[in-house]
Amino acid sequence: MADLPRTVAPVDTVDLAMPETPLQEVWRVFRKDRLAVASLGVLLALLVVAIAGKVLTDWIVLVNPETVRLPEKFKPPMSYAATELLSVADRPPFGLYLLGTDELGRDVFARMLQGSFVSLSIGFIAVGISVLIGIVLGGLAGFYGEVKLGFISVDTLIMRFTDVMLCFPTFFLILTVVALLPPSIYNIMIVIGLTSWMGTARFVRAEFLALREQDFVVAAQALGLPAWRIIFRHMVPNAIAPVLVSATIGVASAILTESALSFLGFGVQPPYATWGNILADGKNFIFDAPWLFFIPGCAILTVVLAFNLVGEALREALNPRLRRR
Amino acid sequence: MWSYLLRNLLQRLLLLVLISFLAHAVVHLAPGEPSEVDPSNPRMKPEDIARIRAAFHLDEPLHLQYLYWLRDLVTGELKSFKDSQPVLPKIWRRFLNSLPLFLCATLIVWSLSFPTGIHAAIRRGSLYDRTTTVLAYAFISIPGFFLSYLVILWVVHTLNVPVIGMQTFGMENAQPFYRWMDRLWHLVIPSFMSAIAGIAVLSRYVRSQMLEVIGQDYIRTARAKGLPEETVMYRHALRNALLPFVTMFGFLLPALIGGSVIFEQIFAWPGLGRLGYEAILARDFPVILTLNFIAAALTLAGTFLSDILYAVVDPRIRLQ
Repeated sequence: MADLPRTVAPVDTVDLAMPETPLQEVWRVFRKDRLAVASLGVLLALLVVAIAGKVLTDWIVLVNPETVRLPEKFKPPMSYAATELLSVADRPPFGLYLLGTDELGRDVFARMLQGSFVSLSIGFIAVGISVLIGIVLGGLAGFYGEVKLGFISVDTLIMRFTDVMLCFPTFFLILTVVALLPPSIYNIMIVIGLTSWMGTARFVRAEFLALREQDFVVAAQALGLPAWRIIFRHMVPNAIAPVLVSATIGVASAILTESALSFLGFGVQPPYATWGNILADGKNFIFDAPWLFFIPGCAILTVVLAFNLVGEALREALNPRLRRR
Repeated sequence: MWSYLLRNLLQRLLLLVLISFLAHAVVHLAPGEPSEVDPSNPRMKPEDIARIRAAFHLDEPLHLQYLYWLRDLVTGELKSFKDSQPVLPKIWRRFLNSLPLFLCATLIVWSLSFPTGIHAAIRRGSLYDRTTTVLAYAFISIPGFFLSYLVILWVVHTLNVPVIGMQTFGMENAQPFYRWMDRLWHLVIPSFMSAIAGIAVLSRYVRSQMLEVIGQDYIRTARAKGLPEETVMYRHALRNALLPFVTMFGFLLPALIGGSVIFEQIFAWPGLGRLGYEAILARDFPVILTLNFIAAALTLAGTFLSDILYAVVDPRIRLQ
């Protein structure tokens, strides 16, 4: 009891002793938004589910999303399997269809598990591609913008190309390319990535143009550091905040784009399950088996909403002008 | 000023040519040709395929194909691969179908999102602000066709009225008044559905723009000199917050083609987006390329227009 006064020291002295790191400051602001914290929880849970989905449906096959059980089609959620009709290998775990079965008697729970990994990886890989292209092109235009290639400067070249890409109606372009290419999950990831880097490139360029004039970059140049070191150690970390925000929101829109493609019949082809194509298939059975429509629909809504809310909260937390208010 | 406009116009024309090059390359280099749409048809002999390829100039080098396309487009001779109909009248007919949908949706978006966003910004942190924020994110995050199906089901169940297509089947011979009412009703749900994401995005943008302006010094000055809050908000804040939205007019036009594929498909609306979708399915290159060309031209025209408008409404900007 004697050391109680010491533990409740005045806040000021604590702050002076240990100044906040930028990361702590961001977290402090982020934490205030309860909705965003809950969304972050949802996303972490989703990550666990997706990894579990990959493990359970692909490596140690505990639930098989591809087992077709024709006598067991359109079973509502939480119904028991008719075990006498099925071989041991075909039975769902615990003899229970947690989320029901679809028109071929496939276990929707297993398909959603598998789909969570596929949908999430489409989002992450597509955004990874777009962020990579965006940083490289935006960085080149911002850092080496004044270098002349013949009669045209690097900046003009890259930014005009960005303008060209911005003039394509994005969804129509994705649709054209996906329809013309052989159907494959990798093509969808790549095409979504290749058509969504323009925003990133534009604000990385803007950040680089501003950063290049700042004292710490001039000092680094004066010290004779090689250009790649200045770019990757000093400039990219300072320009990454808006990229992070748009990447978070980009994952959300990639998942939505995939489901829209599935609706038009150009999505990921079977046997792969994604939330988008479960939803798109489910719409045909909306009266007979509403769970086939509502489960993936609500799952997509929840996850995309979580990504959007986390992205928005990050934007607030990373923006020093908004932070001080 | 005039030299700026002229230079800008020339730059955009150059961009348009580049875009059409790129679109041509993408469409022609990707595997899959119109002659291969029906490969399992036993009546298709290799010589037939060769004949089709020759008729469509598909056996010639890419740059020649581009020139053929450009020549036919300029002279108006461009014909669809699928049904040999001239492309431009075909697009024009679909455009007339898309136009009312587009106009209604745009009108709904702009007339609903501004009041919502401004109100949320003025009462930042209130229950209204938080509710609209969450609702806006929910509408951005929901797959469009999921929501549309739910709304269609609900409307058909409770109101017992048809919602699909441009008009009710069998209404062609009704009185003009009833026919118009019928068409108007068929417009309501598709335009609301395609407007919903736009309302969500735009109202958020209006809100953040308003908040940005409300934090400025001149608003504090306006309040300090004792102006009523109404005047401060609507004459000092709103006018400045509206500036960036002028540029958004430019991005409205291309949505005519690209943004409507899903909704026209859901509501069986024979518009431009659906024309594009059908053309893609049939590998109808002239239609795909021309639609793409028109979309790009609209985008460029739109951004050009918004540049000029921006200079007109914002005296701080001078075009040089």
